[in-house]
Amino acid sequence: MLAADRLIAAALMALSAYFMWHATVLPIGWNGETGGPGGGGFPFWLSAIMFAAACGILLKTFRSQARSGTFFDLSMVRSVLAVVIALVVTIALMPIVGTYIALPLFLFWYLRIFGRHSWAVTVPITILTPVFLFFFFEVTVKILLPKGFTEPLFFPLYAFFF
Amino acid sequence: MNNTFTRRVALAVAASAALISATTTSALAQDWKPIKPIEMVIMAGQGGGADRLARLFQSMIQRENLSNMPILPVNKGGGSGAEALRYLKDKEGDAYVLMATLNSYYTTPLRTDIGVDIAEFTPIARMAVDTFVLWVSEDSGITNLDEYVAAVKAAGKDWKMGGTGTGAEDSLVTAMLEKEFGLEMTYVPFEGGGEVAKSLIGGHIDSTVNNPSEQMGFYNAGKAIPIAAFTPERVAAFPETPTMIELGHDLVYAMQRSFVAPKDMPPEAVAYYTEMFTKLNALPDWQKYTVDEALEADFLTGDDLQAYFLEERAKHEALLKAMDEQAS
Amino acid sequence: MEMFAHLADGFATSLSPLNILIVVLGVTAGLFIGAMPGLGSVNGVAIVLPLTFVVPPSSAIILLAAIYYGAMYGGAISSILLGIPGASTAVATTFDGRPMAQQGKAGLALIAAAVASFVGGTISVILFTLFAAPLADIALKFGPAEEFALVLMAFTTFVGLGGDDILKTIVMICLGLVLSTVGLDLISGQPRLIFFDQPGFYSGISFLVLAIGVYGIGEVLYTIETSKTAPAVTPAKITLKELGLGLREMNKLWKTMTMGSVLGFFVGMLPAAGATPAALMSYGIAKSTSKTGRTFGKGNIEGVVAPETANNAASTGSLLPMLTLGIPGSPTTALLLGGMVMWGLVPGPMLFIEQPDFVWGLISSLYTANFAAVAINIALIPLFVWALRMPFTVLCALVLVLCIVGGYAPSQKMHDVWLIAGFGVGGYLMRKADYPMAPLVLALVLGPLMEKSFRQTLIAERGDVFAFIERPLSGTFMALALLFFLLPLINYLVKGAKRKIAPAE
Repeated sequence: MLAADRLIAAALMALSAYFMWHATVLPIGWNGETGGPGGGGFPFWLSAIMFAAACGILLKTFRSQARSGTFFDLSMVRSVLAVVIALVVTIALMPIVGTYIALPLFLFWYLRIFGRHSWAVTVPITILTPVFLFFFFEVTVKILLPKGFTEPLFFPLYAFFF
Repeated sequence: MNNTFTRRVALAVAASAALISATTTSALAQDWKPIKPIEMVIMAGQGGGADRLARLFQSMIQRENLSNMPILPVNKGGGSGAEALRYLKDKEGDAYVLMATLNSYYTTPLRTDIGVDIAEFTPIARMAVDTFVLWVSEDSGITNLDEYVAAVKAAGKDWKMGGTGTGAEDSLVTAMLEKEFGLEMTYVPFEGGGEVAKSLIGGHIDSTVNNPSEQMGFYNAGKAIPIAAFTPERVAAFPETPTMIELGHDLVYAMQRSFVAPKDMPPEAVAYYTEMFTKLNALPDWQKYTVDEALEADFLTGDDLQAYFLEERAKHEALLKAMDEQAS
Repeated sequence: MEMFAHLADGFATSLSPLNILIVVLGVTAGLFIGAMPGLGSVNGVAIVLPLTFVVPPSSAIILLAAIYYGAMYGGAISSILLGIPGASTAVATTFDGRPMAQQGKAGLALIAAAVASFVGGTISVILFTLFAAPLADIALKFGPAEEFALVLMAFTTFVGLGGDDILKTIVMICLGLVLSTVGLDLISGQPRLIFFDQPGFYSGISFLVLAIGVYGIGEVLYTIETSKTAPAVTPAKITLKELGLGLREMNKLWKTMTMGSVLGFFVGMLPAAGATPAALMSYGIAKSTSKTGRTFGKGNIEGVVAPETANNAASTGSLLPMLTLGIPGSPTTALLLGGMVMWGLVPGPMLFIEQPDFVWGLISSLYTANFAAVAINIALIPLFVWALRMPFTVLCALVLVLCIVGGYAPSQKMHDVWLIAGFGVGGYLMRKADYPMAPLVLALVLGPLMEKSFRQTLIAERGDVFAFIERPLSGTFMALALLFFLLPLINYLVKGAKRKIAPAE
């Protein structure tokens, strides 16, 4: 728990330093070009406060008594990691194979393999969700979802619904 | 199951390839029709003048059935249009992307290096040219240009000119004004023309160079007074308001409202869209709208439009340079 | 009483059978669009706007009002059921709505939200009907200095919202404010904080992306870790008896609802502010004035009622500057404004005089749409509650899919979907380390407005920081902000004093 706390505080300090570096591209001082702070002023000084606060958090972990308990329950963290990886793979696949392959694959993995549901639950949800998404987003709200190389398959559907 | 699936995808890909080659070989404009919805990228955020106009075109096209596929507006207003320009650059050869532009089409690539050359894009049609007018509020008591210049000179830096973001059209016009009359004002940037109009009437700023459409409501109520127009001819909606040229000052500035397409869009698609906008331009509703909103429906397509774009870009380059020198 | 004659005319048209059908369809569509994370009233209005050119203008207005209201009601649904605010206006609704759902009181929370929305909507339409014209002048008085003071006030009503660790709250507020500056600097017109030169950052980081990431994906990951097998949500039931119970409980909350409605209407009316600060301020004030203020954030029904009355009242209020001044207060009203222009109407001070038919038609359809929305919403609550009874792993899978699609839909960029995943994982880790999430999200929502108005004022006043206190309106707000900041402290001192006196008696 303590190690994780320190790690997060340190990561936040690094992040705010990165923000500060980015912010210096524009003037950060008062009266830079106008009557108030310059374009980099807000992000720079707020990042500086964030840096100081994160620093404070880090220092506090050294002073206080170690908090009991572990940050991660190891058996559970594996589930979380699996879901995160599946999510990343799905998002990466979306522009290539299209929403209507990537999302059913994800649902199938989640329900059948990760959630150990029966086929009777898995199959209808895996098939009906994309159908619902198509009708809700594309036909009704007219927002096209990424299709990747499956796009030609949709031309007849477009011709029919639009 | 997996096997048949891949086979079907392969088949579909082959079919689409055949389809694409078929359309390119026939190459007759009449034969080409969009087979999927067309994306209309708007170079500005939701709710601004450019957005409203683009959505007006979209609904007119839909109502008159000028396109067999829907046109779907997408706002990519980030970074004064930098986002939209980069997006269009990545869509090289795509026949299903159009972009609704405004003057940031030239100013944004000039002001920040985003790796986009607008000369590469395919011009489609210029629908209208929006005008600029110098406004003050009724409370100021100012009615003509001489009084205006005298008031600004007296106030100096305390005179507040409101407009959209620095580097955008309004700030260019302001810089032109300052240079011509030897004035020094404080320029306060706002998010959109509507906010500028309200701030003028609320007394938070002293003058603006808003487009007439943004100020129309207050003008009709007699609360906003037009001083002079930055147009070659008088604006039809304000017959009493002189142009800057009439008053002996060579100040002309306009905002173009056009559509462009990515580099190397297939010529038959270009022909299709050009025809679509030509029909749109002829609609009585559109012509009426331009009169109501004090726009000039100055239709231009093809090479003439590209020549116009390049000429405007050169003008803006000079303007921006002059503005930077003034600031430093 | 010319006004009532106009209003009666308006009702005569809006109560025709065709128009009632339109209201029902519009409200239902709006409800579902609003309930979908990522979509909100702006999408609903954008879709039907082109349609409105084929129906008669009077029906078109009714359709738009119905969609607008439906979506406003719908926003609360995903806040309560999934803990994902569908729109920034519904952030505050998650604070107590989500815990209520987890305690098995989803039905009650939904009823509270619906009734509160109805009350907020109705009170503000009445205020609108009576005072539209004089109020427009107040909106005009609002300049950048007043906007800044107002945002500051919204911030201070939220002091107590963070966790116990003040340093962590500060970190989260700063992080949210810094993220809100990504994109374009309005004042200088220069891009800033474009990380890794990704063009996606040019348009900044949208509130929805952060909220869907932190509340949607982060929440799912958190729940997976804490309870893979056992559902964290007590199954919710909804019966007629519960409905009656809910309504009776609402009866006790008149004070909160009136406060929320009036506050929401006035804040919503100010062009730059809108429904989000209104909902937040209402929540903050309810929390500090309520007798049960301590249980806010742990499933207090008042914590659902306060923001929901305010955000609905504010969305009606935001129609006022649009109609009377021609200034849109939100993307949705901007679209409505565009629609009006297309119908040949010129919004502005003359609209009420030149086009009374339109204005009063719109106002009367706001009344009807509001009635229809509350009825349809309550009728559909069993359906929404039933959705919560899905097996936990099924629900999680569907929520993740909705997060991906809902994150993609508003901007249609994969960039935003990646950001959502990033915020989800980051938010999950930080939540485990007890970093409070609400200040982060709120700072992102209010940040742009705060920075913009602060810098505009200083430019206009040429660097004079006293401008904020010297102007009467902004000075008042600054004083109120200070009061809200000190209120928890005063409360504490008063209670301490009472405790000291008590033993003596």
